[in-house]
Order: sequence, then C-alpha cells, then structure tokens
Amino acid sequence: MKTTTFKVWQGNSDGGELKTYEIEVDQGYVVLDAIHRIQAEQANDLAVRWNCKAGKCGSCSAEVNGSPKLMCMTRVDELPADQPITVEPMRTFPIVKDLVTDVSWNYEVKASIKRFSPKTADHGDGSWDMDQYDVERPQEFRKCIECFLCQDVCHVLRDHQLHDRFAGPRHYVYVANMEMNPIDTGDRVAELREELGIGYCNITKCCTKVCPEGITITDNAIIPLKERVVDQSYDPLARLIKLVKGSGD
Amino acid sequence: MTQHQVVEYDVVVIGAGGAGLRAAIEAATKGASVGLICKSLLGKAHTVMAEGGVAAALANVDDRDSWKVHFADTMRGGHYLNAWRMAELHAQEAPERVRELEGWGALMDRTPDGLINQRNFGGHAYPRLAHVGDRTGLEMIRTLQDHGIHEGIDVHMEVTVSKLLMDGGRCAGALAYDRELGRFKAFRAKAVVMATGGIGRAFLVTSNSWEYTGDGHALAYHVGAELVDMEFVQFHPTGMVWPPSVRGILVTEGVRGEGGILKNSEGRRFMFEDIPPLYKESTADTPEEGWRYVVGDREARRPPELLTRDHVARKIVKEVQEGRGSPHGGAFLDIAWIKEHIKDSEDHIKKKLPSMYHQFKELAGIDITKEPMEVGPTTHYAMGGIRVDPDSQMSTTVPGLFAAGECAAGLHGANRLGGNSLSDLLVFGKRAGEYAAEFAAGNTPVHLQDEQIDLAVQEALSPLERDPGADVGPYRLQYELQHLMQDKAGIAREESGLAEALDELQELKTRAQAMGAGGSREYNPGWHTTLDLQSLLTVAEAVVMASQARKESRGAHSRLDYLDKDPEWGTVNLVLKKGHDGEMELRREVIPEIPEELQKIIEEQG
Repeated sequence: MKTTTFKVWQGNSDGGELKTYEIEVDQGYVVLDAIHRIQAEQANDLAVRWNCKAGKCGSCSAEVNGSPKLMCMTRVDELPADQPITVEPMRTFPIVKDLVTDVSWNYEVKASIKRFSPKTADHGDGSWDMDQYDVERPQEFRKCIECFLCQDVCHVLRDHQLHDRFAGPRHYVYVANMEMNPIDTGDRVAELREELGIGYCNITKCCTKVCPEGITITDNAIIPLKERVVDQSYDPLARLIKLVKGSGD
Repeated sequence: MTQHQVVEYDVVVIGAGGAGLRAAIEAATKGASVGLICKSLLGKAHTVMAEGGVAAALANVDDRDSWKVHFADTMRGGHYLNAWRMAELHAQEAPERVRELEGWGALMDRTPDGLINQRNFGGHAYPRLAHVGDRTGLEMIRTLQDHGIHEGIDVHMEVTVSKLLMDGGRCAGALAYDRELGRFKAFRAKAVVMATGGIGRAFLVTSNSWEYTGDGHALAYHVGAELVDMEFVQFHPTGMVWPPSVRGILVTEGVRGEGGILKNSEGRRFMFEDIPPLYKESTADTPEEGWRYVVGDREARRPPELLTRDHVARKIVKEVQEGRGSPHGGAFLDIAWIKEHIKDSEDHIKKKLPSMYHQFKELAGIDITKEPMEVGPTTHYAMGGIRVDPDSQMSTTVPGLFAAGECAAGLHGANRLGGNSLSDLLVFGKRAGEYAAEFAAGNTPVHLQDEQIDLAVQEALSPLERDPGADVGPYRLQYELQHLMQDKAGIAREESGLAEALDELQELKTRAQAMGAGGSREYNPGWHTTLDLQSLLTVAEAVVMASQARKESRGAHSRLDYLDKDPEWGTVNLVLKKGHDGEMELRREVIPEIPEELQKIIEEQG
C-alpha cells in the first residue's frame, strides 16, 4: 500500500475545481478503485458513473491525466508516480455533477438513425445462413461498449461543438455495423451525408486511438462509409479525377 | 405535502437488462404504452457482462439435442427443485427467442454451414450455447436496446424506484426518483413488470455491479409478493482472485468449455475426484477422453471441469482449505495447455476468449495464452426470487405485478446451468411483457393515493435530513453487511453462523434506519446507497432465513452441519412472505407433482 495524490474535478454546470485527496492505493488498483475509496472515506456524495468494473459496460469514461480512459481499466501503477493523478469528466458533454456528464445526446442521435431491417429469412424457422467470414466485419463494430470516449476525443464535437450536424464516430460505427450486416436491406447513405454529417470527419484517427475495445473505427468503419457516400452521391468520373489528383475528402 | 410528477402507462417495466428490455418490447408490440425504468444508462445493465452464451437447443452442432434434453439437463442441474413448467416452457421456447434476435441485428458466431454456432458448457449434454466470442451478453443487450428504441417505449434513465404503489390489493405503479436532480416521479400503471436482476451486492466477493442490490426482490416482498428458493445463491466457481482490486470479476465458464482445466498447487486435475453420482455416467474417465469431448467427439464424455457450478465451486474451496490452493487462495485455471493439441493455440484462445485475454492482460498482467489464471468462487446469481405463475410470470399473490429474469424464481431450482440465464430472460421477459400487456388491457385503471406517495417520498428523503456523521457512513455499513453475508451465509453455511447473522442483521437494520447521507439530492451516490441498503437488508434476511431452514446440502446451498442431500427436502420449496406484523414469515411448500410425460423425459435422458 502506498499513498497517492489524486486531483478530482468536482462541481456542476455552474463550475467546479480540482480537489486534492491523499489515499492509500492497494496492489493492482485501477483509477475507479481510487475514486471509490475517496467516495467511501472522504466524499460520500462524489458523483461517478460505473457498472461492471471490468471494461464491458462503458460507464466510467473520464479523462485521466488529460487522456480519455475507462477508469476501471486504467491501472494506477501504470501512471507516472511522481505527480498527482488528475481525474476529470469528459469535456465534450455537458456536466451533470463531478465526474458525471450528460450523454443523452448520443441516445437521441442513435434513435434518429434508420433502424436495422432484415431481408426475408432463409428458412421457415426464421433463421438466416451467414458465413463466419461475412459476420466478422460487422462483429468488430458490435464490440462497441458505448463509452463515448471516441465522441469525447473527436475534435468536431470537442472543439467545434457541431453536435447538431455531426453524429460522431460512435454512430458511424453503429451505421457501419448495419450497413455491413449480411442480411440488412436498409440504405443509410443519404442519411450519412446529410443528417449524420460524415463529411466533417477528416480522418485524424483520434477516435481509433482511444477506443478501449480496439475497434479500428476510422479505417474499418468511417472510411468505407465515406466511400459509399462518394460512390452514391457524386459523379464517378469527377471522383476519378479527384482521386488521381490526390485530393480525397 | 411533497411535490411529485405523475407519469402514466399501461405497463411499467422496472429494470432494463435483458429481461426488462425483452418485456418492454413485447408489451409495446402488443399495443400497450410502456415506460421502462433503468437504474443506470440504457445498455449498461448486468446482462452486458454475460460472457459464455445463451442456451437453446438449436441442435446446430449436435443433432441429438432437443428441447427435451435441455429440459432434463435443467432439471438435473437444479436438483429437481425447479418449477417444472417453467423449465419446460424455457426449453421449448429458447430456440425461437434466440433466432429472432438475428432478425433484430444480432450476429452470433457461425458453424461452417453458416448456422448459429454453439459451444459446450457445464451441465449441458451437447454443445448448446449460442455465442459471440465471450461477449454474448453485450450482443444481446445491444440488440434488444437497438430494437427497443424504435418500438415506442419511453425510457427513463438513471431513475431508481423506491416503492411499489398499491391500489387496494393490486399493484398500481411505482414511486421513483431521478438521479440527476433528485425529483420524484409517481408512475401509474395497470401492470408492473419487475426485472431488476440479482442480489450479488449483498456479498463481499461478487461478479455483480453496484446495481445488484435486490431491489425487485425487496420492493415486491414489501407489497406482499412471495419469495421462493432464496437459500440458493450461486457462487460461480471462477472469479478472479488477484490482484485484490479485481477480486470477484467473472472468468467465463467458456474457458472450460473451450478446454480449460482446473489444477491445484500440486499440478493435479482435482476435478477427476469425487464425481457426483448424478453425473458419474456422463463424465469422462481420463483427460484424454475429456479433450476428445471438447473437440466434438460424439462418443466421448464431458471433462469434469464441465460439471455444474455448485460442484466445481465446492471442489475449489476444498482444495484451498486442504492447503492445495494457488498462492492467492484459489485454483489454477489453465487454457494455455491446449497448445499440446492445437497448433495455433495463442490465436485460437484470443479468438475464442478475447475479453478474457484482455481482462487478465490489463488487470492482472497475465497472458492466458501462456500461463494459468488464478480463480476462486464469486457470488454470481440468485436462483431465488419473486414467486410467479409459470406461464404468465405474474406474482402468485400480487395481481398486476409480474417478474422476469433473475429477480423471478423457479426455472433454476437449486442451481442454475450456465447459459440458462440469458435464455431465461428472453423466454420469460417476453412472456412477462405479453401477459402484462394483456392484464393491462383487460383491467380497469388504477388510482394512486397521495398519502401513500407522500409517505414514500418522505421515507426516501429522510437519510438526507439525518446527521451523516452519526455512524460509519452508508458505504461502510454496506461493507459490514457484505462481510457478514460472505462469512456467515456464503458458500459454506452452518447453524451457529446463520443464527448470528440473523441477529447481526437486525442490528444493521436499526443502524441503517438511522443512517444519514451528506450532500444534496443531486446525483448523490451516498444517498442512493442508503436506499440500496434497505433492499439489501431485506434480501439478506431472506437468504439467511431460508438457509437456516433448509437443513441439508443441495445445489448451491451447502451446510457444514448437514453435508448430504436429504430426500425429504427434495420435494420442498421454501416460501417467504411478509407477515401481518411486518416480520418475515417462512413456510415449506411441496412442489406440485410433475406430469407423467415430463417425468418420462427426465427418466429417458438419464
């Protein structure tokens, strides 16, 4: 056990500050353990979201030493020992209290996206034949735990606050999962271009870097979707010239 | 007079894990207006953590499988205390419930023929668990969530129910508060579906998240619902044991399904010793035969690591007690050894068990493709819960109150088979939603009484009005309760400990009632914990009382002072109900006689 200093942001939508706590850290502690100890021993009403504490539910997203992380999967002994550990709420979403942010916008965006619509079943019992090879691509996207760290880090949302015209990486992954599902019949290309604003993404890959599930968001979801948008929406000849000139979007 | 908002629905579903979502979808499909109350954000409930798979006799991998075999396996696993009608419906309906998920967007792993793949699991005669790697629960909850959001269901996130509301003898809704601002909402509903999950947080070492405080069990009990089988708490044999901060986190049974073996500190596969008589015939004699089973040899019998969870958990405890445990008080679970049989074993393990690989790598610094894991029992599942009608899932005593999933009881008897919880919540979630909608359509509107609501609001607010410094604080009190239950009502129980536990629970109850919470009504986890404690104390008392009464060892219930099964207890369920004086009352109830055709199935399947 050793004593470690934590600086935890506390406050509400009117403002707040980093508060300093000294706590004993047990072997194998993750940041969420530390927050729980602070809550149990020093600040009973410290607000934090968490559920599974095993990296499976995506509830405990926060910014640890400035990086978007799941608190339950961030080990204290892997952070620099010579400085205090700061824990702050995700910056892209409005503050509710302390480490809790209002992520309801994500739920609204998802509900607005055209739903999954399967083709007629292959068999009388309502089942479909699908090859493992074909399901593996969308299965990568279905690993998403909706922690919204990709949304938090995306500069289109974080810095430019374009929440009203840009759905964000999480929702492109969601669309990609349906678009690449072997039995889906929906077409969401126009929606991607218009309401979901995929064009604002300029492929900086920040989302891919922070994904705790290791989903290759940019390369495997966003770029193929952008290609579909381009294929369907623009003159193929003009696109070819554009590609030859090397000024993709 | 306190202020509260009134919201009205035909059906209110409390809990948004798999069972709650499935119930809400079904009720909405049947034309009911539906409100769905989640304690957390949508899609975060405990279902998300289910790993190994969902049990359904699809017979895609082994065509000898059928609902009859699944039924017999479930009854045997439950030591025949199951509500046989539920076991029958479950086995019959699970395949359709699983298949329909793919029509809602789920993508299960495939067989070479392109069908849904199925894997081996403890107590299931054939490969029966449809799965997606080891993240099946995530696949299911996300599928239900993404389908449900288009079905016209109103979702109330981060809302906690503190009381069920009654209109005469009938359930009429629920009083709840939103976490963000601490505002109260009275939900008026013609039917209420309870789908709140389990009680794991009553114990110190658990795979369950903070939400699993037995709310549904307690809320229903306090309005007159019966609880049954509360002595049966499943201790999953394989939870993480090291480092201390991850103690209890689940290690999927899928590890053993894929060939993982258990060894003690002497390197011995101790599971080959003491095979229970019920499983003698179906268990492999040698490691070689066990491996052949894992890779699909139809002539081979199951390796002993795939015996039921109650037995495996007890065997691990025994090894530890007799000094043959792993360094941190568990057993070794080894999947890396399959390299003796499989060429690309590292890739194979990462593909079949990706989140286990990740979990051990990140949290314990262990590479499971190279080294064994240390595992030990962790509180995982409550077989006991609200007593319901097997077909409709309505409470046996409170009209208009339905229950599904873990908070309902009956299907699993004395021990649940792995994979049967995910199929349980689909089959009975659907049934609960369907019958709740039907009940709402066929019954008159209910009335809420302001006095009842005002009283409930005052009660919920009272911790904020009391001095928070007067005792150790809500988290510490919860810790004391967990400690007590772990020590005295855990995996090995005896009269003296249980009697002490009952006394100590009374004392904790008194302290909890005087407990204060600091801070305001806005997003205050400390306040929330004082309310959780009330539910936890009720379910803890139920577990202890039933455990004390059942003077035998059966399934998940182990008594050190009654080591064997007693045939006299083999036909009896224990039912708990709130008495007129407010005390918990317990009675024995003989299980209704099983119909001849079902008995015949059990006999035929051995």
